[in-house]
Amino acid sequence: MSVDAKIATSEVEPAPKLVTLTIDGTEVSVPEGTLIIRAAEMVGTNIPRFCDHPLLDPIGACRQCMVEIPDAGNGRGFPKPQASCTMPVAQGMKVNTQVSSPVAEKAQRGMLEFLLINHPLDCPICDKGGECPLQNQSLSHGAGESRFGMAKRTFPKPINISAQILLDRERCVLCARCTRFSDEISGDPFIALVERGALQQVGFYEDDPYDSYFSGNVVQICPVGALTSAAYRFQSRPFDLVSTTTTCEHCAAGCELRTDHRHHQVKRRLAGEDPEVNEEWSCDKGRFGFMYGRGEDRITRPLVRRDGVLQPASWPEAIDAAVDGLRAAGSAVGVQTGGRLTVENAYAYSRFARAVLGTNNIDFRSRPHSAEEAEFIAARVAGRSLAESVTNLDLEKADHVVLVAFEPEDESPLVFLRLRKANRKNGLKVTTLAPFSSRGSDKLNAELLQVAPGGEAAALDSLELDSGAVILVGERAGVLPGLLTAVAAKADASGARLAWIPRRAGDMGAIEAGCLPNLLPAGRPLDDAAARVDVSSAWGGTPISAEPGLSAVEQFAAAASGDLKALILAGVDPADLADPAAALAGLEGADFVVSIEQRQSAVTERANVVFPAALVEEQAGHFINWEHRERPVALVNRANRTPMTDLRIIAALGDALGSELGFRTPADAFADLTELGTWEGARPSGPKVADGGVPEGHVVSSWRELLDASSGNDYELALRATARPAVVRVSPATAAQLGLGDVASVSVGDAKVELAVMVTNSMADNVVWVPANPGVGSGDRLPAVVGSPVTVQAVNAEEGVQA
Amino acid sequence: MTDTATNPGVDVLTPVLSEHWGTENSWKLSRYETTGGYRALRRALDMQPADVISLVKEANLRGRGGAGFPTGMKWSFVPQDNPNPKYLVVNADESEPGTCKDMPLMMASPHTLVEGVIISAFAINAHTAFIYCRGEVLHIIRRLQQAVREAYAAGYLGKNILGTGYDLDIIVHAGAGAYICGEETALLDSLEGRRGQPRLRPPFPAVAGLYASPTVVNNVESIASVPSIIANGAAWFQAMGTEKSKGFTLYSLSGHVKHPGQFEAPLGITLRELIELGGGVREGHELKFFTPGGSSTPILTAESLDIPLDYEGMAGAGSMLGTKALQVFDETTSVVRTTLRWVEFYKHESCGKCTPCREGTWWLVQLLMRFEAGTAEEGDIEKMLDACDNIGGRSFCALADGAVAATTSAVKHFRHEFEQGYHTPAWELFPYEKSAVFATDGAAR
Repeated sequence: MSVDAKIATSEVEPAPKLVTLTIDGTEVSVPEGTLIIRAAEMVGTNIPRFCDHPLLDPIGACRQCMVEIPDAGNGRGFPKPQASCTMPVAQGMKVNTQVSSPVAEKAQRGMLEFLLINHPLDCPICDKGGECPLQNQSLSHGAGESRFGMAKRTFPKPINISAQILLDRERCVLCARCTRFSDEISGDPFIALVERGALQQVGFYEDDPYDSYFSGNVVQICPVGALTSAAYRFQSRPFDLVSTTTTCEHCAAGCELRTDHRHHQVKRRLAGEDPEVNEEWSCDKGRFGFMYGRGEDRITRPLVRRDGVLQPASWPEAIDAAVDGLRAAGSAVGVQTGGRLTVENAYAYSRFARAVLGTNNIDFRSRPHSAEEAEFIAARVAGRSLAESVTNLDLEKADHVVLVAFEPEDESPLVFLRLRKANRKNGLKVTTLAPFSSRGSDKLNAELLQVAPGGEAAALDSLELDSGAVILVGERAGVLPGLLTAVAAKADASGARLAWIPRRAGDMGAIEAGCLPNLLPAGRPLDDAAARVDVSSAWGGTPISAEPGLSAVEQFAAAASGDLKALILAGVDPADLADPAAALAGLEGADFVVSIEQRQSAVTERANVVFPAALVEEQAGHFINWEHRERPVALVNRANRTPMTDLRIIAALGDALGSELGFRTPADAFADLTELGTWEGARPSGPKVADGGVPEGHVVSSWRELLDASSGNDYELALRATARPAVVRVSPATAAQLGLGDVASVSVGDAKVELAVMVTNSMADNVVWVPANPGVGSGDRLPAVVGSPVTVQAVNAEEGVQA
Repeated sequence: MTDTATNPGVDVLTPVLSEHWGTENSWKLSRYETTGGYRALRRALDMQPADVISLVKEANLRGRGGAGFPTGMKWSFVPQDNPNPKYLVVNADESEPGTCKDMPLMMASPHTLVEGVIISAFAINAHTAFIYCRGEVLHIIRRLQQAVREAYAAGYLGKNILGTGYDLDIIVHAGAGAYICGEETALLDSLEGRRGQPRLRPPFPAVAGLYASPTVVNNVESIASVPSIIANGAAWFQAMGTEKSKGFTLYSLSGHVKHPGQFEAPLGITLRELIELGGGVREGHELKFFTPGGSSTPILTAESLDIPLDYEGMAGAGSMLGTKALQVFDETTSVVRTTLRWVEFYKHESCGKCTPCREGTWWLVQLLMRFEAGTAEEGDIEKMLDACDNIGGRSFCALADGAVAATTSAVKHFRHEFEQGYHTPAWELFPYEKSAVFATDGAAR
């Protein structure tokens, strides 16, 4: 957990060459290549600007940032004022900004007057009013009154450029930030400037609306109120909002967010600024997906099952009921912690399971998983510090990144943006081992090594890699036998660095907290006696069982067979598992089920006691992102005090069971875990599983798309509407072989779904790609385990499934 | 075309480019060859490319597109060690109000341009050249295409030109009709298939132009002048013109003159001489003002009739030589109305990329409409000049500077007419039918 001081390695970054110039009479030295507008910031002068954005290529369109340059560094000056956002500094340059130059000041004032000529004066009803760069800079650098009293350009307002994003062309100052973002950063050039002169406008193709996982960023970087979101439009005035810096709970990137609330209700979330994590961007799921706790299905009181019916109960009643059930089960209990927990909450479950219940039956993996994966995590992932880990910045500097069972745009969108930046700016080579070249791969200019599920290990082996390469492996790899073994071996043999990138925000924290059957906190292997002693002594001497615990799947099986008496589940959706029916059977078979949940679910329906858990916005703590970076979660919303944090609930159960957990606040839990310290003993050698290869017949390839039926997107209709259409993808040869038309019926086991067919040229034959949780189409949710056998049949729209 | 039979001042003319415009089928290869066409090409291909550049430098041919940058020097900026292909792009997007020299040249003698392109491309080691022609002039595009086809068939283009081992392809590209695409970087964007908007510089086209490769962009007349320099030598070219503005050039006389047209003369001829060549100002009228080089050059009055029409002369008079498009306006013309029409052009053609041009021309047009309607308010002149001050030199490219030049020079010379716009419509002061070039006797004074 502790962040080691970064040990100086062979690569020491050379100090940037400095250039000295004079700005308004003040001498300043800045790195070579710095733009004047940013050099001026270093001497405390803010030059007004609209089109300039530090993360976008300079364009020099708005002309707001004019300065005088009496000496360009060569003894000669520019006769006319220059745009400071496009010109790099030069040694000996003299720059006079609005602070010291009447010419620059007048040019800037004139530019603001021009910008307001065709800008509507609807600030009182504009969402941007109060945080608007045009409004602010008009007040700071503009004239009080306009001299233009004539006809303004008008447009119908607003128009939808996607289900989420609305465009008000009258307000647009044509800075091209949105179009440059879409083109340069996200690679979704669905919007472009069209027409000319004052009629120039942001345009889109009506049959092909703005389609991007990152569309909310264009709202945030718009310097006026031209782009607004359906989600936030007319929700609040900026000056009525209270802002909190926190971390997103939707994936393992751990993006910084600025969460704004009013009247104890979150109104919007903006991308925070963290250059090493998310720069200034966020994905739409992180930005707009905060409504999931607002539904009628939110649990706000403890519930206890009486006479077969869940009934509201007081906290003491519920705790007593839970304790009775757990006492009866003894250590025949399984604990599953899901993916949503902060590291503090996860640590509470981990210590509770081992020190209070006396079992190692704990697993965070509420998704398809394998023993090979647990061994891989113990050997290669757990107990690492940020300094030891591959980071976002490492990706930016890498020569070659290999994606194995990992689709960054869907499964870790900020990793995708980082890779795209590296490809665009540094020529990073990306290779993806996948059955087809996805839209995300295309945007990364990735080389496709076409493999059917199971073929990754052999393909990886064929690659020439060296220490400049990074292998990024996704969590889907865990269900392909031998793949994680092969990935680790390849990294060792080639010197390439390796990072495992899970999907959920709580996954890495759960690993560090020891929420795995084979792993104690901070990377301590359960099968190491010294590790057990370490933990035992830190936890007040309670002995730690050496017996390996049961994985999530094994727990359900054991509960179904009666070997386990009780289950404690937090944030687990049986539908996410490889065999949802088996999970439900386990829940039915267990004598006693405790569910600690935010919302009603298939688990709460079957629970004996339900505890209402706090949302992320209702608590403080930390996530640990895929880089092993601690990401602080701040308490945003103090209003709802009825649900408690998982940690507080677990602490109460511990108290009631007569065995103190040792902490009752996130801060104490974090301190307790930190005090445990890093594991300095030997790490397990990792799994040795033979390569399973590609199965015979038609096999499933699948992953979770960023925007799908995930419960994290619930109640945010505009966001849902921007999800990609659900399709089944097959190669042309497979489509022909199966006689597929427009629609196909896809069956995995007993589950069946009908999806539109998209014949995909780059797809490997005999592979059937389906989205893991589309939430559209008619039929069941497929238990889409990568590599499992699948049946596809053509559907005739009139007659149903063909014989 | 010059009418040599009836014109007394004809001896000052130096027809080189226009020498054979009057001959039958002047645009055909066979005709061009009979008058010495493509001989310069043979000579150039015998030279080293660097020597061709030196010769053009020595002749001191300056760009005829308006800016007057030395052509040979532009060529020498092309980094020959750059591994990318080099490109020559001919700017044939002539579309400024008043400017009309390249179109007749390409119409009457397209092979002069094609020969110039081959020599110039050879000089900079380009193997692909583009002629970017304004899209509206379809008949000229067809002539160019025909000329290029003929040149291929004759072995002047394609692989191993005239057995020298030099390869060149010429592509005639039709623009889609935007004045901004005459700006060289916007032209390159347009040529690449994008929307024509000027690019950020640096990098300059010579280093990273078309497809991010070294590119020379030259005006039609500049390139068309090259074969005669190769054929006749630098001294011949230097013998014409003034101290710093050498050679011959096409002057386009239009407006209120008896015989408008192209007059090819050494640089430095005066407007008085040109008007005489054109048969004088419209009968019964006198010169009020003129543009020396298209609508983007500040207007001048009769005071400047005797100033040499060369780069230095016009700069000294507070204007620019520009494209040497002399639009002559007599005393029936409303300056306010003329300025409005010009600025409306710039408003319509503003690409929209930068604020001052996009918004400023929108504002200027509305102000000028008030002056024209006689409804301007006291102080509008100062307001308009201040808006011009905030546009000029602040915009991304020079397009808006043209609107500013037209406006500020009009006020400078004819402020009283704008003051009259505070109370009297321009059409009352200057009945518009009176300035119509083809006005009947009744309309004329």
